[in-house]
Amino acid sequence: MTWSEQMITIGMVVLGTALTRFLPFLIFPAGKPTPKYIQYLGKVLPSAVFGLLVLYCLKNVSLFTGSHGIPEFISIALVVILHLWRRQMLVSIAGGTICYMLLVQFVF
Amino acid sequence: MSEKAMRKAAFKAAFPHTIPIFAGFWFLGLTYGIYMNVSGFGFWYPMLMSLTIFAGSVEFVTVNLLLGSFNPLQALAMTVMINARHLFYGISMLDKYRGNGRKDIYLIYGMCDESFSINYTADIPEGIDRGWFMFFVTLLNHFYWFFGATLGGIFGTFIHFNTEGLDFVMTAMFVVIFMEQWMKEERHASSLAGIGISFLCLTAFGPENFMIPAMLAILVVLTVFRKPLEEGGKRK
Repeated sequence: MTWSEQMITIGMVVLGTALTRFLPFLIFPAGKPTPKYIQYLGKVLPSAVFGLLVLYCLKNVSLFTGSHGIPEFISIALVVILHLWRRQMLVSIAGGTICYMLLVQFVF
Repeated sequence: MSEKAMRKAAFKAAFPHTIPIFAGFWFLGLTYGIYMNVSGFGFWYPMLMSLTIFAGSVEFVTVNLLLGSFNPLQALAMTVMINARHLFYGISMLDKYRGNGRKDIYLIYGMCDESFSINYTADIPEGIDRGWFMFFVTLLNHFYWFFGATLGGIFGTFIHFNTEGLDFVMTAMFVVIFMEQWMKEERHASSLAGIGISFLCLTAFGPENFMIPAMLAILVVLTVFRKPLEEGGKRK
């Protein structure tokens, strides 16, 4: 690829990303009431999407090979326990991450 | 409060929310910068791309696109597919990302997974300007990513301490955000549907192709069960 072809490719990726981010705001302009169905989706989608994002982070974990997802399972369990106990976002995240790093570096 | 004091207060309130992202983006950005470095690109590639694209997963894919043959339409189509989840974010943010003046443009432009998650779930304290709070969350995330990617591009090959597993910080963060959302909602049907459908699609389509079918299935299920969900699923 030449330099200008590279810049066009990067430009296309910028355009595509911006498109997915701006499109809902362009389709449903301010001032006009947003359709009830879309308002409903705006309320219920995030819960489902956060679930999807958790799975997205874990997508390359294999249950049948390697470490069988055990370090991930233990660390997520720790995150959940810490968060139920203290409900301090940073404590839960740091605890789970340190646990995971120790597990993959020294145990599995 | 003066405009300046208001901005400062918003920055102070926003910063703690972004600390996990700092850890995660610093590491992921560094990884990305190193990846570009070893793929034969100068540091200003990750620098430019982290600044202008600001969408992690797509930027990794773009490295492959740049190494392949020139096909701008394919680049555009792949980007839209990978980032299709942002459409969902936008629908959820239609109210929040409006009425903040010119900041709205930047908020929407910088709406990556992490900025969306924080700005959607954060309980912004009374007296803090919402627009500036969300602006600083987005700006700080953007800066961390840019910083990590550029640093990785420059020093990539010289970094030698064992960071294996640090990327789990992102998983931990989304687990916590999922839990926060769970504790705020009266009924968990949508949360459970998100996990269940994603798992089924991941099993059926594999890690590289499950996102689009999962999103479509979530949309279909939420649409079909709109009546029962609308009656009890409202946020407190």
